[in-house]
Amino acid sequence: MVARVQVPGNAKRGEIIDIRIAIQHKMETGFRFDLFGKPIPKNVVNEVVCRYNGAEIFRAELGSGIAANPYMQFSTIAEASGEIVFDWVDDAGERGTERASITVSA
Amino acid sequence: MLPRSLRHACALACLFVWTCTQIGPVFAADAERPSPLRSGIEFTSADVRSLQDDDFQNPGMLWVTRGEELWRVAAGKSGKSCADCHQRAETSMKGVAARYPVYDAAAGDVVNLEGRINLCRTHRQAAKPLVYESENMLALTTYVAHQSRGARVEGAVPTELRASFERGRERYRKRIGQMDLACTHCHQQNWGRTLLAQTISQGHGNAYPAYRLEWQSLGSLQRRLRACYFGVRAEMPPYQSPELLDLEVYLAWRGRGLTIETPGVRR
Repeated sequence: MVARVQVPGNAKRGEIIDIRIAIQHKMETGFRFDLFGKPIPKNVVNEVVCRYNGAEIFRAELGSGIAANPYMQFSTIAEASGEIVFDWVDDAGERGTERASITVSA
Repeated sequence: MLPRSLRHACALACLFVWTCTQIGPVFAADAERPSPLRSGIEFTSADVRSLQDDDFQNPGMLWVTRGEELWRVAAGKSGKSCADCHQRAETSMKGVAARYPVYDAAAGDVVNLEGRINLCRTHRQAAKPLVYESENMLALTTYVAHQSRGARVEGAVPTELRASFERGRERYRKRIGQMDLACTHCHQQNWGRTLLAQTISQGHGNAYPAYRLEWQSLGSLQRRLRACYFGVRAEMPPYQSPELLDLEVYLAWRGRGLTIETPGVRR
């Protein structure tokens, strides 16, 4: 699973920063049928968690209604230098992780 | 002194001759190109345009990221990666996609970007060819074509490509399928008009491989062409068939001068 995470490399303490993530995933809805008429089992990224230096700052529960290759954006406050780590899992149990580091100056 | 109408006619004739000399060798087919040339992105709505313009939101960039990884992965018995011979794609692959499809003397045939990647794999890397339209093939093609973003489609038709070009041109104007339509009926004669809820584009390939919202995925130009065959209810030619390659050659000529947008976003 390919994913891209965008975090500003540098920020001032207290600054509001935008964090973006895009995950390559088919997001199979479970409502479709294959060429032989067999239902295609639902397989979507059902949970995305973002941690900033270990503390959870964002969590999303996704479902069938989300388009393929989900893209998310949210903001947080830059507090300290460190790592922003995304973890996610799909219905098939496949896990993914992607990280980005940020340097925060006073 | 000549009558005014005759003078106008002379001036127009001179202008025509001058124009012909300016564009260089002109085929009789030159009048078949839409004027002015418009990329498909101009026929889409603002949300699709903003999706394409934002390099992070553009879903096609996920395939570029994957292609960048694959570029450095060794493949086949040679144990070589693309990067081992071509080094940095940013420099070595710049402008390459603008020249394709080309005629390959060794293969004795028309070769598009996908075909070139597979020739490299079988001949240089001693690896298995990638399956057409597979995720890895799409990723590598998109990554390579992305290096030419901003370049202009060259669409040259050298002598060796002439036969293929003529076949593609013929195919473009041949009625097919239960709808009894040719490419030209929509994309040349009626572009800019609406078909159901959509505006018909000029049908250029300058954004491909592109992310299509309808597919919820990225696809090659040939997949798009096959979708048009499906649309007019005609039998779809297989991937890499001479028929589709000929059309690619014709389309490159038809859209020459347009800016490459890979990975584009389309409806």
